[in-house]
Amino acid sequence: MKQGPGGLYAAPSILWLSVFFVAPLLIIVAYSFLTQGQRGGVEWKPTLDAYKAIANPTFLTVTVNTIVVALGATLVTILIALPCGYHMARSKRQNLLLLLVIIPFWTNFLIRIYAWIAILGNEGFLNDLLRFLGLTDEPLRFLYNRWAVGLVLVYTYLPYAILPLFSTIDKFDFSLLEAARDLGATKLKAITRVLLPNIRGGVFTAFLFTFIPIFGAYAVPLLVGGTESYMLGNLIADELTKSRNWPLAAAISLVITLVTTVGVMLLLRAGGTATLGSGGAGTKEPEEGAALPAQSVASAEGEPA
Amino acid sequence: MIGSDVVIEHVGKSFGAFRALDDVSIGIGKGEFFSLLGPSGCGKTTLLRIIAGFEQPESGAVLLDGVNVLPEPPNTRRVNTVFQNYALFPHLSVFENVAFSLRLAKAPDATVRDRVGHYLRLVELEAHADKKPAQLSGGQKQRVAIARALINEPSVLLLDEPLSALDAKLRQHMLIELDAIHDKIGITFIYVTHDQQEALSVSDRIAVMNGGQVLQVGTPQEIYEAPATDFVAKFIGETNLYEGTIRSVSGQMAELDTAEFGTVYVTDDDPPPAGTRVSWTVRPEKIRIDLERPSSVRGGLNLLSGLVDEPIYSGFQTKFYVRTDQGATLKVIKQHADWSDEGPRIRWKDSVWLSYSAEDAFLVEVKR
Repeated sequence: MKQGPGGLYAAPSILWLSVFFVAPLLIIVAYSFLTQGQRGGVEWKPTLDAYKAIANPTFLTVTVNTIVVALGATLVTILIALPCGYHMARSKRQNLLLLLVIIPFWTNFLIRIYAWIAILGNEGFLNDLLRFLGLTDEPLRFLYNRWAVGLVLVYTYLPYAILPLFSTIDKFDFSLLEAARDLGATKLKAITRVLLPNIRGGVFTAFLFTFIPIFGAYAVPLLVGGTESYMLGNLIADELTKSRNWPLAAAISLVITLVTTVGVMLLLRAGGTATLGSGGAGTKEPEEGAALPAQSVASAEGEPA
Repeated sequence: MIGSDVVIEHVGKSFGAFRALDDVSIGIGKGEFFSLLGPSGCGKTTLLRIIAGFEQPESGAVLLDGVNVLPEPPNTRRVNTVFQNYALFPHLSVFENVAFSLRLAKAPDATVRDRVGHYLRLVELEAHADKKPAQLSGGQKQRVAIARALINEPSVLLLDEPLSALDAKLRQHMLIELDAIHDKIGITFIYVTHDQQEALSVSDRIAVMNGGQVLQVGTPQEIYEAPATDFVAKFIGETNLYEGTIRSVSGQMAELDTAEFGTVYVTDDDPPPAGTRVSWTVRPEKIRIDLERPSSVRGGLNLLSGLVDEPIYSGFQTKFYVRTDQGATLKVIKQHADWSDEGPRIRWKDSVWLSYSAEDAFLVEVKR
C-alpha cells in the first residue's frame, strides 16, 4: 500500500501535545517522586515521601469533599441544563437563546465570582433585599460554605452543559416523542424511554465538560467557600505556595488526573462511546491548569475566563 | 380487532393567521379504508394529528364510537399512527420497537414474545427482529412502523403519508400489502396522502381537501367520474376543464356555448337553466382520436378536428396534446390495446379527429 503524507499532517498536533501536555505531565510525575526542596522546587533525590504524605486523614477528607461537591454540582448542572437545552432546541429563537447562554463568557470569570460575593455577602444585594422586605433583621450568611461553592460552580459550568446537550437535542427527531406518546407513553415516560437514550452522547459530554473542571476547581472554593468546602485544587495551591512542598502538590495533581481519567474511562465503558461529542474528554483539561504552579488565581482556574 | 366509527364535527384550527382547518365535518364508518387527499397545506395532516391527539382544535369535536376524544391525551386514545418518516426508535431493535407499547404496559415477557412474534409475522419481518432500524430498508422500516402501530390493537389506524419516502415500485407493492392488512384485521384506516393514485386505488371512500376545507367526500369512482368542484376535477387524475354558458337543456343533456370549442354537448343529473355560466370537464381517456373522420356521427357526439401538438408515448398509452381548429388545446389519452391499434402511428403535426360522447362530459361548477 502506498503511504500517504498523513503522518506529516499530524506533526503539528503531535508537537503541540508533546510540548504542552505530555511533557508537563511527565514533569509532574517526576516531581511527585522527588524530595521537597528547601524553598520550593525539588531536589533530585528519589523518594516516596509525597505519596506517604498523601495517606493522611486531611487529604482523604478533602478528596471525599471534592468528589461530593463535584458530583453534586455536576448532577444539578445537568438537571438544569437538560430542560434548557431541550427548550432551546425546540425554540424558534435559537440564535438569541444561544447568545444568552454565551453572554456570561464576555465577562471575566473572576469578576463573575466577585459578583456572586456582592449578591450573597452579608452586606450583599440579597441580604439588603430581605431586610428591605422585612423578612430578616440580621444578615443571613450565604457565603463561605459548601452550598455557596455548589451554587457558583453550577452557575459557572452551566453553559458547558447546556451547549453539548443543546447540540445533541437539536439533532433529535421530535416525532419520536409523538410516536412514544401515540404508543401509550406519558410525557415523562416518553422522555425517559425515548429522549434520554437517544441523547446519551450529549449527556456524557455535558457530564465530562462539567465534572472534570469542577473536580479541579480552585478559585471558586477559595473565594466563596469556607474551610469545610476546601477542595483538592486549594490543597495543591497551598502545597505549592505556602508549604512549598512541590512533590506533594504534584502527587495530588496526579490523583486528580487519575480520578478523572478513570471516571471518563468507566463512562465510556458504560456506553455512549459512539455518540460522544467530538473532543469530549480530551480537549478540556482545566484541572491540569490547577495542578501547575499558580501565579495568579485566574491562571490557576485555567479555562473559564 | 374491531374498528370504530369516527365522526369529525365542525373542527376548526388555526396556526396564527393561517386557517389550517375551516369547519370540517366528516363521518367515517367502522372498518372503512378512508383517505384524506389533498395538496400540501390543505389541512389533511393537521386533521390526522387532531384525531391522534397531537393538536387541539379551537372548535368542534372528534367522536370515536360516539364519544368525544378531544379531552383525552394521545397515550390513552384507542388510535395509533404510522408516521410519515416512520419515527422508529433508533436505540431499540425491531423487536423492541414493536414491543414498545407492551413494555410500557408492563406485559409479561411471554406475552410480549407471542404478540410481537405474531405482528412481525404479519408484516413478514420475523427474520429481522434483532436488527436496529438503521439496518433496514425503507420498505422494512415501513412495515415495522405498521406492526408497532397495530400491536396495541387500536380501533383506528392513522397513516400519515406512509409511502411517500418509498420509490415508485415499492410504493405499489406496499399499497397492496396495506390493503391486504386492512382486509385481514378489519379496523378503520384513515390514510393521509397527496397522491391521488394511491388514494384512488385503496380507499373505500376519499375526502378531497383544499385550503382547510373538505370539497368532496365519495367513493373513488364518484370522485373521479363526478368531481364536485373544479379543484377536485383538476386534482384527481388528468382532465380537460373549461367554461361555457348553457344555451339549452333537454332532460339530462345540455348544450353549451364555449369560447374554445363552439357548441359542446354535456350531461348532468340536473342541469341548471339556460344562460347559466358553468365549468365542464371531459377526461382525456374518454376522447377518441382518429386519423380519419369517424363514419357514424350520432346526436350528442362532440366532434372536433385538430393538429397533434405533442405526442407523449409511454408504452401502454400515448398522451396527445391536440390543438383544435378553434385554437384551444385538449388532452387526449389513447390506450394501446393491441397490435392493430393506430395510436402509435399518430405522429407530431398529424391532423386528427377528436370525438367524445355527451355522456362522458360533465358539468362541474356553476359560476357567477
